[in-house]
Order: sequence, then structure tokens, then C-alpha cells
Amino acid sequence: MAARVEAIVAKFDGDKGQLVSILQDIQEEHRYLPREALEKASQLLNIPLSQIYSVATFFRAFSLEPRGRHLIKVCLGTACHVRGANRILERAALDLGIEAGQTTSDMAFTLETVNCVGCCALGPVVVVDDTTLGQMTTDKVVPMLERYRQ
Amino acid sequence: MVNLTIDGRQIKAREGMTLLQAAREHGIDIPTLCHNDALEPYGACRVCLVEITYKNGRNRLVTSCLYPVEEGLSVSTNSERVTANRKILVELLLARCSGEKVIQDLARKLGVESPPFRPEYIERNACILCAQCVRACQEVVGVSAISLANRGVSREVAPPFLETATACIGCGSCVYICPTQCIKMEDVGDTRFIHNWSVEFKLKKCKVCGNHFAPEAQLEYITAKANLPPGFFDTCTTCR
Amino acid sequence: MRVKATTGLINSRQGLEDLRRSLTAGRDPNKTCIAICTGTGCHAYDCMGLVAAFREEIGRQQLGDRVDVTATGCRGFCERGALLTIYPQGIFYQRVKSEDVKEVIAETVLQGKVIDRLVYADPHSKEHFVHQEDVPFYRKQQRLLLGNNNRIDPTSIEDYIRIGGYAALGKALFEMSPEQIIDEVKESGLRGRGGGGFPTGRKWESTRHAEGQPKYVICNCDEGDPGAYMDRSLMEGNPHSVLEGMVIGAYAIGSESGYVYVRHEYPLAVANVTKAIRQAEEHGLLGENILGSGFSLKVKVSRGGGAFICGESTALMASLEGRVGEPRAKYVHTSEKGLYGKPSNLNNVETWANVPLIINNGSGWYSQIGTAGSKGTKIFSLVGKVNNTGLVEVPMGTTLREIIYGIGGGIRGDKRFKSVQTGGPSGGFIPESMLDLPVDFDELTKVGSMMGSGGMIVMDEDNCMVDMARYFLKFLEEESCGKCLPCREGIKRMLQILTDITRGRGRDEDMALLERLSGNLVDASLCALGGTAANPILTTIQYYRDEYVAHIRDKRCPAGVCKELISYFIIDEKCPGCGLCVKACPKEAITFVAKKKPVLLDQERCIKCGACRDICKLGAVGVK
Repeated sequence: MAARVEAIVAKFDGDKGQLVSILQDIQEEHRYLPREALEKASQLLNIPLSQIYSVATFFRAFSLEPRGRHLIKVCLGTACHVRGANRILERAALDLGIEAGQTTSDMAFTLETVNCVGCCALGPVVVVDDTTLGQMTTDKVVPMLERYRQ
Repeated sequence: MVNLTIDGRQIKAREGMTLLQAAREHGIDIPTLCHNDALEPYGACRVCLVEITYKNGRNRLVTSCLYPVEEGLSVSTNSERVTANRKILVELLLARCSGEKVIQDLARKLGVESPPFRPEYIERNACILCAQCVRACQEVVGVSAISLANRGVSREVAPPFLETATACIGCGSCVYICPTQCIKMEDVGDTRFIHNWSVEFKLKKCKVCGNHFAPEAQLEYITAKANLPPGFFDTCTTCR
Repeated sequence: MRVKATTGLINSRQGLEDLRRSLTAGRDPNKTCIAICTGTGCHAYDCMGLVAAFREEIGRQQLGDRVDVTATGCRGFCERGALLTIYPQGIFYQRVKSEDVKEVIAETVLQGKVIDRLVYADPHSKEHFVHQEDVPFYRKQQRLLLGNNNRIDPTSIEDYIRIGGYAALGKALFEMSPEQIIDEVKESGLRGRGGGGFPTGRKWESTRHAEGQPKYVICNCDEGDPGAYMDRSLMEGNPHSVLEGMVIGAYAIGSESGYVYVRHEYPLAVANVTKAIRQAEEHGLLGENILGSGFSLKVKVSRGGGAFICGESTALMASLEGRVGEPRAKYVHTSEKGLYGKPSNLNNVETWANVPLIINNGSGWYSQIGTAGSKGTKIFSLVGKVNNTGLVEVPMGTTLREIIYGIGGGIRGDKRFKSVQTGGPSGGFIPESMLDLPVDFDELTKVGSMMGSGGMIVMDEDNCMVDMARYFLKFLEEESCGKCLPCREGIKRMLQILTDITRGRGRDEDMALLERLSGNLVDASLCALGGTAANPILTTIQYYRDEYVAHIRDKRCPAGVCKELISYFIIDEKCPGCGLCVKACPKEAITFVAKKKPVLLDQERCIKCGACRDICKLGAVGVK
């Protein structure tokens, strides 16, 4: 892991200003931010660990906990809200048995909310991993989850 | 020198001073919570708000701890608008830290009784999020052992990963600076505990008087930073 | 097959013009080109599958030397994706699927015949419109910025140069002085498109005159207003137009260091602008000694981390420095002390994209468009309960009614208009009585809202205004950085009050308390997030007071939205007893009785999740 962090920091020329981008690359590799990686980054960038922790907990993109195999992001942007996005979220939470921000115990799914992905014409929108699903309705939620369970 | 008026009084202030500094120099009191002369002004509590009117008649509310003095400015530290806002700020603080004396005192001074929210929503936090502890640790001590984690309503002062503040040297600056004394430090025998950050330190014993006077970690840090000779702190400052 | 143009470094203005000429000459204007929209919105319509299907079929039929396929950026008519245009005839098809590919090639590409079912038909008049510019959605727009998205592949700098790209840069660097450029931008009347509306030329001038080096130019692509995606489409679809503006600005200001800050939720925009920067550098249009002028500008891309507050200039700069996105007081402007304490000029994506237009056509031309106080065009994202959702670019001064009805096609499902929200969480709700308001920075501010970045959310009779106010407060509570008291604690308390109101626990004194707390937000907040947070509340109280009263006094939600105040019921006459809702209900609250007999709904078990209402196409589940 240390070697990977070194490579990522080197890619950004050790520039402290690029901390957020560096953390994003670290997260992309591990699907979350492992403590060990942050400690290494703190050392390499000469930024106090407390400040890296502060940045990692400030920005919503980051997770300090391992995430599920599939990341379900329900868009709660205004356009989606106006078309009933809340009900989509509730249905997903109900079916998965978790709240937004949590991961199922079998590590299959992590449910999150996002404040607008810019696909407003297709609202309500749910993004599963890299796929954008538009025009969601509550009755489509369970079949969608089933598809990803396979 | 800059000429301005504060609460009707004509005063002269040095260029680069803040309104707060200028007011205090002339004995005019403006309440503050997150301000500390040893730290960079922060502008978080908003309690030091004053109403300023420019030469062209435009007026606005600004935090006096940060706003630099300006020629011809007219400042009011207790206008209706300032007082109304200050009252709400204290109501919000009381709703968050209902048991803290420093807030209750401020409330009494401003004639604020109880916050206008439902009783079941009133909280008893000890921390007012003035961040003086974090700022002191970063700006004065220089170790940044603690920081502000999360954001918004979840914001809290925390050691990394909510576990041990590994960079802490046990100096206790955070403890001394905290306006609500919510950081708990205990010296028991030869050990110092700062409970909030889950840290403990071996205290150095003075060669002469035998008192345990400071954490070894802190003394090592100062020795290194100030390039002092080793063993400099074998004798405590009282005995020296 | 694409003509491979020279990728050599251009080191003179003449060199650029020579390349442009050779690219134009090398392109047969009569060669068929299928331009397919691949903006992120269309990804959800599988536009990439469509592109692949076309390419495969053209390869299979060995038509490659006669037909080009171009993947372009967002066209804006997101309601009707996937979209494509066949040139040179300009035949515009919508709702295209991969299954249509063979037919499109056989009929339109090879024989020039129009396929009626793929052509846009007006839902009321049924009239067909073959050409994009005739389609009512497009006809009333003035697509100075977004129009070019149709014609270019955003990952091809040659496409951009071919249509005239970087000509403004050549003019600026070799014909104008920095002061002349600033004057031109000042006279154009261009005002910031990110929401602040500050005169751009003046900001450039302050930064130019500020003391300190290095100076920075920054592009704000942290488009965080939910419901707004204009910047995304510009950055994805035509990143070079933004870069060109930045180089011109940097030259005028005297900056050699720039940043483009993009939300990490926009991976395609990040990818396309990164590619564009590399290509521009390879061509000598960015980096050292641009076009041999002696001027250099280095631009880096930085990603956001999921924080709406980072759209605020000082918070963005903090994030660029690797710190948390906490704003600071702006008593000293960022043009004096910005990034790393140095003079910094931050502008929004759309603002930068306007610059080449102004330099190419002159401030005289530009200032003819728009109103006295707001010049040029503005891109709006028209979304919500409107028929033609999408991106709309109109001259400032166009009325809300013209946009919502003339371009947007009115309210979907023939429901009644209730409100349009502009300016994102910093803006306000505008009632029907004000639909003839022109979109203009000052006009919108006068009624309690603001232009903001261009989000325009349309609501109908089924939306609850108290719920909408609560929605925005919840958003802001989540996005507040937490530094200052009025925002962190004030918004929290206001949200508690509004939540109570939507749950039937409102108190008589709540309205006055909300107004009082709003005043504190306006007066005492550290930054504009807190400072404008009260706008949604204040405008809903002002224009929709009756809904608040209904919730507080009568414990009733007139729009039928607030769950604790409504109940679902079966409209017996409409229910055929098909049982679809029974299966859909997660709480088994609906029981099947018999075929042709209405189902039974158990109120005790019903959680009002809406699954039954969504699945029943006969509208047999009512709300009261």
C-alpha cells in the first residue's frame, strides 16, 4: 500500500494543494480511505495527520469505512426532488434494510445520496456504480436491486 | 493614522488595526467568544459584529475582529441591528450549550432569557466550536495534534480518527485556552492525562525540587524547536 | 475516417490561420456526417451504444469514406434524447435507439429520406420539424455558447480550430494590449455567470492592478446548485471555448498560472478539459510562449471533493490549497489576496466562455444583446414539471413565461403551474403573477430571488411549497461548512421548525420566528451560503403564506405531499382490480379482493411510499 501511495503522491509532484485529488486517487484504488494510506500520505506530503483527517471528513466524496461492491447513489437534487426522489430513496433503504450512508452487512451495497449529478431532465436519477439510471419510479427500485444482486 | 468614529467618539487608529483592536485601545467594549489576542482572528462566532456606515452612506454589519480600520468610517457597537443580531446569536448558542456559564453570562448581559425553540431540541454541548484549541495547537504550538472534523452540524473538535492524538505533546495549551473548560486534563503522580484526546504523558521530574512539572514530550519538542542544549529542562523553571 | 491534421506546435498567429484553412479545405462540406449527442444526460439514453452501433454498421457496409460519425457534446434538448443531426442536410432526429441505426442509414444517409417517427412532432399541433433550428424548443433560443456543441467533437482540438476557435486569442495577443482587452470586456457589460453577477471587466482590472506575484486565473466549475448543469455541458461539450477565454483573461490580467476546478461528480468534464489542456499545449495554444507571442500560461485541473460550499470563491481557493472548503471574510477581496494570498481572478465557466465571443465580435455587438443591466445570453437549465426539460440559452431580458411556455412547452400532464425557482438554494420562488418578469440580474433580485447560476425549477399544483422550503434548508444544512454560528445553528433550528410544520407540529409563533432567524442569517453570516439561505423561506412565506397557514393551523397539506398530513385512498370507480399495486406495496397494505372489484387499502399499514401511485397508470390511488 505504501508504494501505491508514493506513486500517487509522485503523480501530483508532491503538491500539498492537490491533497483532495490525491485522496480521490487513493480512494479509487481501495474503494475507501484506509488509515494506513492516510498516515503514509501525511508523511510524504508533510501535512499533519489531523489536517488530512479534517479534509477526509469534510468532503462528502470520501469514506473512511470500506464500501459495498455496488455503490447506489440516489440523486436528491431539486429537479429530482420535485419529481419524488425521496420516495425512491425510502424504497431503496427499506428494501436494503439500511439508511443512506450505510453499507449492507453482506458488503453488497452502499446506499448514498448525492446532491445533483446534472441529469435533471431524466429525474429521478439513480447512479449505480458508473451507470446512470433515469426516470426511476418506486416500482422500479426492487427489480433494479435484484439485477445487481446477481 | 486613520480617523474614524466609534459609538460617536472620534478616534485615531493605526493603519492595519482591526476595528476590535481600535475599540479596545479606547476602552470600548465589544463582546467576543472565538477571539484571542494570541491567535489569528477567526470570525466564526459573529458575536463581535458591529454596524459600519461608509462615507457614502452605505451601511452593513461586519465582524470587528477582522475588519480593518478605514478613514471616515462610522462604527456602532450597539445599534438596534447589532443588538438584535447579537441576541439571536446568543439564543442559538444557548440552544446548543445550555449548561455553559460563559454563554449564560453573555445571555444575562444581553437580556436573553431562554431560546425560543421547543424544549426537546435544547442541547447540552460543552464545546462552543470557537476552535481556539485547534488554532492554538496549530498556530502557537505548531503540532496540529487536533483538528476540526466533519462539517456543518456534525462539526467537532477531534483527534485523528477519533482515537489518539498521536502528535500531541501534552502542553495543555488547548486546556487553558478553552472558554468552557471542556477539555479535561489530569496530572496524577508522574502521569498527565488529557482525556478528550486519549493521550497520556510521562511527566519530567525536576532534579532539584523533585516536582513533576511538564510532560517529557513537550520538553523534548521545545528543546528541539528552540535548539536548546540537551538536559536544559532537567531543572524546572522555578528552581532555575 | 478522420483527416489526421498536423499536431505540431504552432508558433505564430499566421500558423494558426494556416492550420484553420487547411483543416477547412481538408473537409468535404458535402460529406455526410452523423453528429450524435453524447452529453452525460444522453448517456442515460445509451448514446454510446448508439455511436458504437452506427460505427459498426458503417464499417460493415464499407461506407467509411462517405460517412463520418461524430460524438458531440450536449445539445440541450435532454427530454428527447438520444439526439442526432445528419449533415449536410441538417436533419434532426430525436428519441433515437440502437434499433433505428440500420433504417437511418438505409433511408436517410443513403437516400436522403426523412424518417417521420424520429422527427420532432409538436405534442399539440402534431406539426413535424425536420431541422433543429425550427423545433420550437430551439427556435426561440439564441445559442451563442451552446450552439457549437452540435458541430464539434469535444476531444478534438482540430474541430474547434476549424469552426473558428482560438481566433479571438490570436487577435487578443497580437492586436490588443491587456488594457484594451479589459476595456473591451468592461464595455461589453459582461457580468459573472456563476451567480454573483459582478462586472467581469472590473474584476479583471482590480486583479491586474493588485500588488503581488504570481497572479492566478481560476475557472469555477464547481456547479453545485442542484438542478443546474449548464457548466457541465459547456465543459464537456466545448472545453476549448473556456480555455480560450482563460488565456485571454490571463494575458489581460498578467497571470501565468491557472486552475480549472471541477466537481468530482462530473468525471466526463474532468476528462475532457484535461484532454483539451494537453492538446492545447501540444499546439502551442497553452503553456510556454503561446503562438510565439512571448506570453505563457500553465493551467492545472483540480477536482472538488463533494462540497457545495466549494463553489464559493474563498472556499474554492482553500480547497485548491489542500485545505477544507471554509470560506473567509471578503473584507479584502480575492482580487487582492486570493489563492495563497496572491491576487486571483475567479470566474465561472460560462463567463470565461463568453470572452472569445466578445473579443471576436466586439463589445458593441455584445452589448446589443440583453437588457440595460444584463448583457449577452444566459444558459438556463429548465427542469422539473415542464414538458421540454433541458438546457436553454436565451438573451437576457427574455421573460420567464417565454422560457417556460414558449420554449419549455408548458407544464407536463397539463397540470397547473405553481412556481418557478431560480438561483438554486440561494434563490427564491416566483409565483404565477410574476411570470412576465424578464430574466435579468436586477429584476430577479428585486422580487427576492436571484439569477444564480441558471437553475430554473418548475413546480406544479402537486408540489408543496412548505416542503420545497424545507428541502432547500435540508440541503444547506448538509452543505454548511459549520464555521459560523448563524449558518450552522440558525439553519439547523429553521429546519427543525419547518420539519415540525410539515409533520403537523407547527406552532403559531413559528412564522415570526422563521422571519427573525432569516434576518440573522442575512445580517450575520460569514459567507453567501448563509447570507442567501433565507431566500427560499422568505419567498415562500411572502408568496405562499396560505400553505404555511394550512399546515400550521389546519394540519393540512393542500398539495398532498407532506406524509404525516395526508392519506392515500383507492378511487373505487377507477380501480379494475388488477392487483399490480398489491404486489408493489412493500408493507402489504393493499389487499386483492376479486377481479373487477376495487382493492382494499389499510391506512394503518400504509407508509405513503408512493409505489402504488407510481405503478397504477389509471390514477386509482388518490391522495387527501
